[in-house]
Amino acid sequence: MKKLFRLVSVIVSSLALLLVLTACGSKPLAEQNVVTRAKQSNTITWGVKADTKLFGLMDVRNSQIKGFEVDMAKALTKQILGPKGKADFVQVTSSTRMPLLKNGNIDAIMATMTITPERLKQVDFSRSYFDAGQSLLVKEGSPIKSVKDLNHKGATVLGVVGSNSVQNVAKFAPKARVLQLSDYAQAMTALKSGQGEALTTDNGILAGMSVENPGYVLTGGAFTKEPYGIAINKDQPQFKHDLNHALTKVERSGQYNRILKKWFGNVPGMNVKEMER
Amino acid sequence: MIAIFHNYGSLLLQGFGQTLLCSVIALIFSLIIGSMFAIFETTPSKFLRVIARIYIEVFRNIPLLVITMFFFVVIPMFVAKINGFTAGTIGLTIYTSAFIAETVRSGINSVDPGQMEGARANGLSWWQAMRYVVLPQAFRYVIPPLGNQFINLVKNSSVLAFVAGFDLMYQGNVIASDSLNTMSTYICIGILYLIITLPLSYWMRYLEKKLA
Amino acid sequence: MKDFIDAYSWINIHYLLQGLWITVIVSVVSILGSYILGSILGIIRYVNIKVVSPIVGLFIDIIRNLPLLLIIFFTYFGLPNLGFRPSSVWATILAMTVFESTMIAEIVRSGIAAVDPGQMEGARANGLTYGQAMYHVILPQAMKKMIPALVSQFISLIKDTSLATIIVLPDLMHNAQIVYGQNSTYILPMFLMIAIMYFIVCYALSLLSRSLDRRMS
Repeated sequence: MKKLFRLVSVIVSSLALLLVLTACGSKPLAEQNVVTRAKQSNTITWGVKADTKLFGLMDVRNSQIKGFEVDMAKALTKQILGPKGKADFVQVTSSTRMPLLKNGNIDAIMATMTITPERLKQVDFSRSYFDAGQSLLVKEGSPIKSVKDLNHKGATVLGVVGSNSVQNVAKFAPKARVLQLSDYAQAMTALKSGQGEALTTDNGILAGMSVENPGYVLTGGAFTKEPYGIAINKDQPQFKHDLNHALTKVERSGQYNRILKKWFGNVPGMNVKEMER
Repeated sequence: MIAIFHNYGSLLLQGFGQTLLCSVIALIFSLIIGSMFAIFETTPSKFLRVIARIYIEVFRNIPLLVITMFFFVVIPMFVAKINGFTAGTIGLTIYTSAFIAETVRSGINSVDPGQMEGARANGLSWWQAMRYVVLPQAFRYVIPPLGNQFINLVKNSSVLAFVAGFDLMYQGNVIASDSLNTMSTYICIGILYLIITLPLSYWMRYLEKKLA
Repeated sequence: MKDFIDAYSWINIHYLLQGLWITVIVSVVSILGSYILGSILGIIRYVNIKVVSPIVGLFIDIIRNLPLLLIIFFTYFGLPNLGFRPSSVWATILAMTVFESTMIAEIVRSGIAAVDPGQMEGARANGLTYGQAMYHVILPQAMKKMIPALVSQFISLIKDTSLATIIVLPDLMHNAQIVYGQNSTYILPMFLMIAIMYFIVCYALSLLSRSLDRRMS
């Protein structure tokens, strides 16, 4: 009898615990107005990448993240909060950025994130600040010339968890096997150690990788259009408006082109003139 | 949560299968390797004892993730191409074998040394005495701790997520970023892990009580 | 050879040492936290208080049978729903503390149970209260038996902090990945270096426990 009672109490309390956890999991977050809070603290917290050359890369010498997106985020912060406004940076990966935004750990994501219809169901985006396209990175001399060459059994493509490029592979090369690593540094290391024939993601990111890793080249051109946007939580119309407004100002003042040139000016295969705004 | 099970059932099932598969493979091999080093540690040969000591101390004091990543990243560059599942299983085997060696050794030590002497006096060789007299008794003592090692193995197999080993945790990460329903996904994953580990851990506690 | 010399430049080593520092800080705080919380949970489990002990027991059993990686995800992604926003450092400390304290609770419970019940009876017969007997007689003896298990649990804790790279904790493992992610010739040197660093920290702790063990017995 005692045993039965214990068993029942175990089952009941485990169900209760589950219920509590689920309730936590699905509870919508009552977010305050980001702009008001940012103005009070004089800080905007941005989620940026730390493993992506040219966009956001950790500088080992002083533990600071540097790149196009970091400079853009700083410029936008100054536009929104004034010249004394502070930009805080939190490192994110493709798989951690969405939960962090929805939980309110960060105010905005500026981390090579493409505006897609599926994501628009979950978050809001600013206007696009960079136009990328998905491409392939392979070892020099590889027989793979386009994404079609990967559409056979036994081909392995490397990508990153939470990026939409892995979903695109399923569309363009449905027969290939996709391995999803946790970030770009991992994916690049996996490509080098021969875990897959090609690494796929957006051309801007791949260009940075080919600069760092001689012997690896972009191939096949861009086979999708990937406009990057700043992701923010839904129901923040003021923040979205301010971001778009700040973006326009940064573009008109020529600051955008300066930042663009600083990061992409010397990258082979990148035509900065075409990307200027 | 029910939606997660409904929409991603096949992925979850695949992950569950891979987790079980790699845990069982790793258990078998780490049991063999671990027992081998445990026997080395109790042999009269000083050379074998030193080898065993070094193996055990090295792999007990380095994180599993480092060992696994080593096999995923370094070995393919210099030796042979191995995929994430294999790299993860090898890493788990090596890591766990060091712990199993310790467990089995303490099992052997808890067998009365008179048993060994008696067997030797009756004309058995050292190895025969080990094989037929000491080890069978030692294994009875170590079944509950070995069961606990297996539970740890199942939990530790989540490192396969780092090397794209298609295990339960990997599928969890994929589903979480696809459905964007992070918490519900991880709760589902947690339930699936508990299905394996919880009954095992109650069973081991029962065995411990029975043997004590 | 040149790869090794380049890889072990002061800039890279300095960056790794920063990672090691985070690993050590997170470990030390989690060890202290889980030791305190674990002992409380273990004693509650042992003395068998009605209603409380079974619930605590269930909590312990569920947590300790889940992979640590999941607990890390729960704290990092789940807690903000309850109003906390932990940084990756605090999320890791919290996850490690909760997870390890359930492991330690088991060690404490079985350590106390291993002390001869006659000791308790004797102490009570000599006029000590239950609490006094527990504190002055039972716990010190149980402690002696628990030390090896506790220390190996703490070593596991230090090693397991490496899992938190998945939520971008800037620890030793993460910093090594950043370094070799930028230059592939550094991969092998970095792996050797972090293996040595982890080994030194963990092995030092196990040597410490051995000398402690010798001094107490």
